[in-house]
Amino acid sequence: MDESLAFMISIFPRLLAAVPLTLSLTLISGVIGNLLAVPVALARLSPNPLLWVPSAFYILLMRGTPLLVQTYLIYYGLGEVLPGSFIQKTFLWPYLKDGFWYAVFAFSLNTAGYTGEILRGAMSAVPKGEIEAAVAYGMSPWLRLRRVILPRAIQICLPAMSGETILLLKATSLASLITVWDIMGTARQIQKETYQIYEPLLAAGIIYIVTVFILIRLLNALERRINQHRAAPVSA
Amino acid sequence: MDTTLKVEDLHKRFGAAEVLKGVSLSANTGDVIAMIGSSGSGKSTLLRCINLLETPNSGRVYVNGELIRMKALSDGTAKPEDQKQVERIRSKLAMVFQSFNLWSHRTILENVIEAPVHVLGVPKKEAIEKAEALLAKVGIADKRNFYPNHLSGGQQQRAAIARALAMDPSVLLFDEPTSALDPELVGEVLQVMRKLAEEGRTMLVVTHEMGFARDVANQIVFLHKGQIEEEGAPREVLTHPKSERLQQFLSSTRH
Repeated sequence: MDESLAFMISIFPRLLAAVPLTLSLTLISGVIGNLLAVPVALARLSPNPLLWVPSAFYILLMRGTPLLVQTYLIYYGLGEVLPGSFIQKTFLWPYLKDGFWYAVFAFSLNTAGYTGEILRGAMSAVPKGEIEAAVAYGMSPWLRLRRVILPRAIQICLPAMSGETILLLKATSLASLITVWDIMGTARQIQKETYQIYEPLLAAGIIYIVTVFILIRLLNALERRINQHRAAPVSA
Repeated sequence: MDTTLKVEDLHKRFGAAEVLKGVSLSANTGDVIAMIGSSGSGKSTLLRCINLLETPNSGRVYVNGELIRMKALSDGTAKPEDQKQVERIRSKLAMVFQSFNLWSHRTILENVIEAPVHVLGVPKKEAIEKAEALLAKVGIADKRNFYPNHLSGGQQQRAAIARALAMDPSVLLFDEPTSALDPELVGEVLQVMRKLAEEGRTMLVVTHEMGFARDVANQIVFLHKGQIEEEGAPREVLTHPKSERLQQFLSSTRH
């Protein structure tokens, strides 16, 4: 037992060194995915079938297939197609040799599907009267979206969106299967080097839970800040 | 005197139901027109057709002499020819809603400067100065940094009136502004509206407040089943109603 503990303590620094990579995966995919979620939600809400049908299909595809399948398809699929294509001559190529960017690509697309669906619900939940006021005061459709509908919708679905971010952080461990040395990837590497099965996993689990705990605290603080209007009034 | 608002032969159908059957109306600068009638008479629909929150099937609306250009569609409805024109004209017709409809994610001050800054392009600093003066005028200067949910209904409606005034509108449209308020809060809103009428603002008010209609309006329009049944000066219309419908309506609202 003591030996185990000593071993776990000895591998902590290596695992901790991988935390920034896991966080960048989460942050970059989260930001890109949430931005892409806006057009996905808008298209989903459109009365035009040329927009809402592809969007509904996209959401179904992203929510209906395992993230691991999506990640593999993108990593190995694009890995087949890209070399020799015009992409090889562009500035993107150096990035595309690295599993990290395939993971970012897969996680962003997946997040766009999930958050797109959440955002769609939130946008339909924005009180009609507030949108009507925006219309009555001469706002163009784009201005209404930017100043009233989106900010209100984001407030409404913020708790669900922060839940998605937590899920994303944990899902980034799948990147370890496409040669990304994140927390999980590093743990697997240590397993292979030392033939120890449980200690690296346990240590990685501890690091994940602490990271998630800190992230939850940050997201809650953000939510309180953005949803001030729901809180108790400041004294007069 | 110039006609600030003119409505000609407005028709509106919802499916098979014809809600407005050819309504005409005009308001000169400084007019305060009270629109009364039982629920379902079409008075709110008329108001909402003027700023095109509802699209009338036919008829013409002029604001400051400018016609809102519409084109008729084959299915009997119509749509604006130029959305930009509609947006520009809407910004001249500030509306006050029954349920306030303040933007709940913005503070009271932000609500008041929102449309002037983003629709009219007023510099923010200027808009804030003006908003503060307007909030003082409606008596809620101390609530500027509150969110709408933290205010009473009467305070929210006064904030909504400040939001409307911030647009420097040609006409103020009031859609049953006191109907959603607790009885003890009605007075404070009516008082603000009375002050606006005295300043010479042009106002079109859909209301159930007969006292307000009698004392403040200079013209009363009584709608019944989508048509103007009777109109004229308040004393005349309210004390000597000619039509049987208005007599019935007045006796049912008199308390």
